[in-house]
Formats: sequence, C-alpha cells, structure tokens
Amino acid sequence: MEETIRFKLNGKPASVTVDSDRLLLWVLRTDLGLTGTKYGCGESFCGACTVIVNGEAVRSCQTSVKDVRDKEVVTIEGLAGNGGLHPVQKAFMEHDALQCGYCTPGMIMNAYAFLRKHPKPSAAEIVEGMDDNLCRCGAHNRIIQAIRAAAEEMHGGH
Amino acid sequence: MNEYQYWENDAEEAASPMDRRRFLQTTGTGIFLFFKIRDVSFFTQEGPGRALQQNLPSDFNAYLRIGEDGRVACYTGKIEMGQGIVTSLAQMLADELDVRIDDVDMVMGDTDLCPWDRGTFGSLSTRAFGPSLRTAGAEARRVLIEMASEQLKVPAKDLATEGGVVFDRTNTKTRIAYAALAKGKKIERHLTDPVVVKNPSEFKIMSKPLTRRDAREKVTGKAKYAGDIDLPGMLYAKILRPPAHGAKLIDVDTGEAGKVEGARVIRDGDLVAVLHKYPDVAHSALSKIKAKFDTPPAGVDDRSIYEHLLKVAPAGKVIASGGDLTVGEKGSTSVLEQTYFNAYVAHAPVEPHTAVVKIEGKRATVWASTQAPFGAREEVAKELGFRTEDVRVITPFVGGGFGGKTAHRQVVEAARLARLSGSPVQVAWTRNEEFFYDTFRPAAVIKIRSGITGKGRISFWDYNVYFAGERGSQQFYEIPNHRTTAYNSSWVGGEGTHPFATGAWRAPGNNSNSFARESQIDIMAAKAGIDPVEFRLQHLSDAKMKRVLQTAAGKFGWKPAKSPSGRGLGVALGIDAGTYVASIAEVEVNKGTGDVRVKRVLAVQDMGLVVNPAGATIQMEGCITMGLGYALREGLHFKGGEITDVNFGTYEIPRFSWLPKIETHILDDENSPPQGGGEPAIVTMGAVIANAIYDAVGARVFELPMIPGRVKEAMHRG
Repeated sequence: MEETIRFKLNGKPASVTVDSDRLLLWVLRTDLGLTGTKYGCGESFCGACTVIVNGEAVRSCQTSVKDVRDKEVVTIEGLAGNGGLHPVQKAFMEHDALQCGYCTPGMIMNAYAFLRKHPKPSAAEIVEGMDDNLCRCGAHNRIIQAIRAAAEEMHGGH
Repeated sequence: MNEYQYWENDAEEAASPMDRRRFLQTTGTGIFLFFKIRDVSFFTQEGPGRALQQNLPSDFNAYLRIGEDGRVACYTGKIEMGQGIVTSLAQMLADELDVRIDDVDMVMGDTDLCPWDRGTFGSLSTRAFGPSLRTAGAEARRVLIEMASEQLKVPAKDLATEGGVVFDRTNTKTRIAYAALAKGKKIERHLTDPVVVKNPSEFKIMSKPLTRRDAREKVTGKAKYAGDIDLPGMLYAKILRPPAHGAKLIDVDTGEAGKVEGARVIRDGDLVAVLHKYPDVAHSALSKIKAKFDTPPAGVDDRSIYEHLLKVAPAGKVIASGGDLTVGEKGSTSVLEQTYFNAYVAHAPVEPHTAVVKIEGKRATVWASTQAPFGAREEVAKELGFRTEDVRVITPFVGGGFGGKTAHRQVVEAARLARLSGSPVQVAWTRNEEFFYDTFRPAAVIKIRSGITGKGRISFWDYNVYFAGERGSQQFYEIPNHRTTAYNSSWVGGEGTHPFATGAWRAPGNNSNSFARESQIDIMAAKAGIDPVEFRLQHLSDAKMKRVLQTAAGKFGWKPAKSPSGRGLGVALGIDAGTYVASIAEVEVNKGTGDVRVKRVLAVQDMGLVVNPAGATIQMEGCITMGLGYALREGLHFKGGEITDVNFGTYEIPRFSWLPKIETHILDDENSPPQGGGEPAIVTMGAVIANAIYDAVGARVFELPMIPGRVKEAMHRG
C-alpha cells in the first residue's frame, strides 16, 4: 500500500511516499539515491546491505521501509561527521582492510554497530560479531585489526 | 622491445588516427606519450598467454599525458577490481617520471579514452604492462629534460628532476615545472636512444608499501560500481530465467506482470523481461509471470560428473616428457597410482554481474562490471549492429572478478533490452542468477602414477589431467622419467562435457593441478619415510624454489619428521604466473566429525621486483583466504543443468571464523623482473591442507572440497 513514511536518515528528516512493503535497500538506493549500501545476496547471507536502524545493524535487503517509520537510519554516507571520517572508516583505510570495496560499506556499518555494544572487544568477539558479513577478496584479518584499532581510537565512545 | 611515439598536440603522426583523434578531442592539451607492449616474452603462460599473443594490439596500448596543470594521467584499458593496480601502476609511473604519486590520475577501462586491452587477468598487469609503463615514464622524463634544456638554456646533462620540476643541479634556483613545459607548443620529437629505467636503488616510490589510493571513496560509499549508475529515464530489468541450463520456454503468461503499475513487459523470442523504474518492483512483477519450460532429463550430477568427464574426454596431448616411463617403473620399489578430483567452484564476487546501457541513435554507452571492457564493447556492437567505435564501455569500480567477469552476458542482455525498450536499462543479476550463469571453475580429474626407488628417489611420474587446464600441470622436480598429458587443454570444455559454462577461475587450472601434484609428492615422501620438506628439497634443483621452500620452513619453525606425525603440518609448492610459492599449514582435525580447522598458514613467495609490497602482501593474504573455500567447502551442487546452490546458504565461502593466523613473506629479488601477484599463493591451498590433514590423522583426502564427510570417510578408509 502506498503511504508516506517519515524517518530520520543520516541525521536529517526524510520521507518517502511508496508502497510501504518495499525493501529499505532499494528505497535507499533508487528513490533516495544513496548507493553506498550494496546488494550482495538479497537473503541476508552476506551483509553488504547492512545499515543502522536505531543503533542496531540490520540487513536492509530484508527490512521493509514501513519498519523504519519514525526511526533513525544511518547509512555509510552518514557515518562521517563534521569532524571527518569516523574512526572505523579511518582504521579501514589505514589497515588496507578492503580490496574491491564492495562489501566494505556493510562491513563498516556492522562494525560500527558492534563497537557500540562492545567498546573493548577481544579478537574473538570481533570474529563472532562480524562472522555473518562476507568478503570474497579475503580482507578478513585486516578488518579484524582495523576494528581493534578503531576501538582503541574511540576509547569506548562512538 | 617497447616502441614509442612521442609528440605534443600533433595530430599527424598517430599510429591510430581514429583513437588518437578521439583521445585528443577528449583530453585537450598537454604532452602525450604513447607506448605499446611488444615484448611477448611476458606471455609465456598457457591459456590467456596464448590468447594474448594472438591478440596483441597493432597499435599503442597505453598512453600518458602531462597536463598544463601538472597532473599526469595514465590511460589504460586495465580495470581495478580490488587487486590494487590503481596504486601500483601509479607508483611505477610516478617514480620513473619523478612526480608525486598524488599527481598521478589513473584513467582505467574506458574504451573511448583508453587504448585497446585484452583484459585484466592472468596476473599480467604488473609483469607485462608494468615494464612498458615504467619505460614510458622514463622516456617522458627525458623528453621533459630536453625541453627544459632548451627553455632554461642549460645543458641536459646538468639537469635533474624531482617532484614534477626540472632543475639545474649546479644552480637549483634555475628550475621549471612540468606543468609549464606542458603548455602546448606544437613540436614533434622522435627519440631514438634506448630508454633506461631506474635501478631499484634509485626508487623513491616503487618498492615502498603504499595503502590503497581508492580507499577513501570505498569507505565512504562514494565509490561507484556499475549498479550505482542511475540515468534519467533508466529502467531496471528483471529477466525470466529457465530452471535449468538446456531448458526451453514452451509457454508464458505475462498478464499479471503487465498489470503492475509502471511495469513494462518485453518479449523477444526466448527473452522475457519486466522493466520498471524500481528494481524491486520489477523483481516482484517478474514473479507474477507464469512460464512453462521443457527441461531435459537431468543427466550428470555432482556425484556422477567425474565418471562422465572421463568418458567424454578427448584424446590426450603430451605437453612435457623426459626419460622413459617403462625404465622408471622397472627401477621402482613402490608404484603409487592415485586419482584426484575437484568440484566445480563459483567465482562468487560479492558484486554480481551488472551493466547499464544507454542508446542514443547509433551510439551506445555502457557501464559494466567487467574485467574486459573491450571484449564487452565488441559484444554490444555485435548485438546492436553498431560499429565497434560507436560503443563506449566505461568500467566503474568492479566488485571482485577472479576471472568470472571476463564473461559478460549481462552486458549483452542490457544492450538488447535497451534497444527493445528505447530506454536506458540496468541489468543487475541477483545472487541466484550469478550462481546460474557463472562460468565455473571446471570439475577436473587428475590421474597420477609415480614410483620411488629403494633409496627414496622419485623414479617416474606419469601425470594425466582431465579438464582442469594445462596451467600448473608441469612438475618442477628432478624426476628422470616423466610425462605430462592433458586431455582437454583448456578450462572450457567442448560440447557434451560440462553441463553449464566453465571458465577461468583465479590461477585457472593451477589449483587443481597443484592439489594433485603436491598430494602425490607427499604420498611418496610418506612411503619413503622421509620428512616432506626434506623429500622435496632432495628432488629440487631449481635454486629459486629451494630458497623459497627453505625460507618457508625456517620462518615456520619446521622440525623434520616423517608424516603422519600427528602434528597436523603440511607443505606444498607451486609456480604460477612466474612466481614461486611455498606454503606451510597447520590444521586440527575433529576426529569425530571430520571437520578441519586451519590454524596457521605461512606462505613465502619469490615474485621478482615488488612494486607495492603492501599490495602484494594483501594479494597473498587474499589468495590464502579465498583458497580455504575451494579446499574445505566450495563445491557446486547440481542435477543436470539445474544448479541447486542458489545463494550463500548452501554454497559457503570463507568467513571470519574460518581465518587462520596468516603469515606472508616476499623474498628480496628486486633485480629480477616483476612476476604475477594476484594468483600464485592460492594454488597451493588444496594440497597444503590435504597434506596437513594427512599429517594430523593419517587419512588422505583425494577430492576437493575436503568437507567433513569426506575427511571422515578417509579416516575410516585408513
């Protein structure tokens, strides 16, 4: 059913008038032009489409747009603040924690949400927290290092 | 040798008037240096090497431009898919030209701006393209010095360059920037003296580790991939797919799909598609189509495929031999005969195949996820009946390729639908489609008969490879009597062989061949009761391979023991794309379930001159990680032409929790030419894990992937 859904997107009010059963991934990418969030598998296996909804990492390929009504959505485009890149983004750059870069936005968003809950994670906790995000290029160990470094940089904050 | 043409804004001397005219129209003023690769000695590998030799351009195949703003642009048909040449190629050019790397722009994979290129594969960008790029950079620098000499009235021998400036060594205040020199006079110069590139000792940018130059775009979501291209009026197309390869459409009812608001149904022969301005709406409309297919009875499946392949294999072709197998066998105290198998493997890049096509009159513009933009251009031109030069393919960032994006069915589909609909069209495959139309790494069978003498020497080696391809099939040990025979030399099978398309998969052929070879070597070492590292060293005469293996053993802390030692340690060697690799792994096997946990992998490689040590290291890590997949889990499930793996739920690729501790070492060999880096360290992964499993539990697994059931079965077999 077509209706107007209002929510907060990357810190600003947003609204779309769409069939509210449509998936957030496609509404973000096409209606709203935020293409940083990627399609990888469409069935929540890979995590390339990960965005943050009210502080939680969700798979936007499995989330209807009506499910974010009145909520706060953050995508990769909204992670960097006025002070520049987020520490997780910086750490990914410094640790060469990416190759083709296609899974990277999902990795970073998942890591961001993970660090909110685990401000001082062990390597094992990072592995567990990131295990459902897939990377085919094989940047895994560097991603773990980047997340550890970001955690230290953030001193438990976010 | 490389051949050069140099001129400034001169339209008369082009090797290719067409390309050059278009190039100059688009790029304006500056100093241009055109160069081409003519040294075919770089193309010694089988497969792509052969194709490349046949298709070497008759024209220049790269150029660089020094602009009036001082920026240097390198135009190349190569593409960036994660392998990192956007950094390493720029490093080579910046160093030879003496400019800051930040002043170098890489313009890649745009068929209107960049000269023809066969494609980005075969670990060829650095070893084949790189030397020409360096020479071009050195040549351009010399030209700039000559020009500066005239302007500054200083002899060229007194001039030096640094950071994009030519200066007088004897009076450093006398200087002129490249940018100033590039302000166009119309001068044509032909330089005939041989060009000298820098010695490694003179490198300022090369051989220093640099992080990726494209990282900022990629961590902020700004990096554009083909699916991120949005054009006014563009429609997303979802195409009706058959349930199996070989199935024929016999009846279709598109009525309900056509009722979806804004949806356009297109039917053209067997092509049935729904177009909509939103991809998800096109997708749901497609699901309303009722279609009947005539599916042929399923012939082979993932279990019977090996028997089938052996049955339909063409006659063998001996590709290497020496000595006399009969003599070798007579001198053997043990003859070991084994058959190795490996399954079809998907490329599975996280970005599925995607393309956007816009047609304006008799011209088409294409944005595609492709490893071969010029090949895609040909296919689109053919599909549309356009002249090749009227099709422009632009390659945005490519979200992983691994060989799979040398095929571009999706580009042709988008072109066809753009023509039929009259609108720009994007075709972005779903994961399901990606698993259906992938050009899989072929299933393969390798039969080896080999023998050892009472003194533990390999006496003969009779190696027969079916369907993997020749790459990596030739052994490199000291064996007096040997023969290597290939039955079907390519990774592409003929009619009636594979039930679906196969193609090149990262280090094509070599993963299968190295699994079989290095497993068999280990079997012989165990039979001889000799430590597997020692056994290999005893059979190596190549100093480079010995050094690679000895370094690996030393760095790992290898302590000699005959296998199975119970420690779970394995070793394997390989050569790919000119690079020598030794890998050592440590595994733990769950004796109850057969589940294998890889705890540590160390790889050492000699790849000649290393342009970006950071990039090369990351490629090795990527190879090791990706290799865990085909070694342990990746094997395509299918029944006839029906692919039953449709997503990552049943087709598992490596994930964080699989990751071992990874250590990599690159030997210092800076005076040798650069070799391949994107593929070599993956080829040993099957054997190094198989050998470690044997060392752990005394069970030999002959089939990839080594899923728990197979390992358990091997343990029961003993």
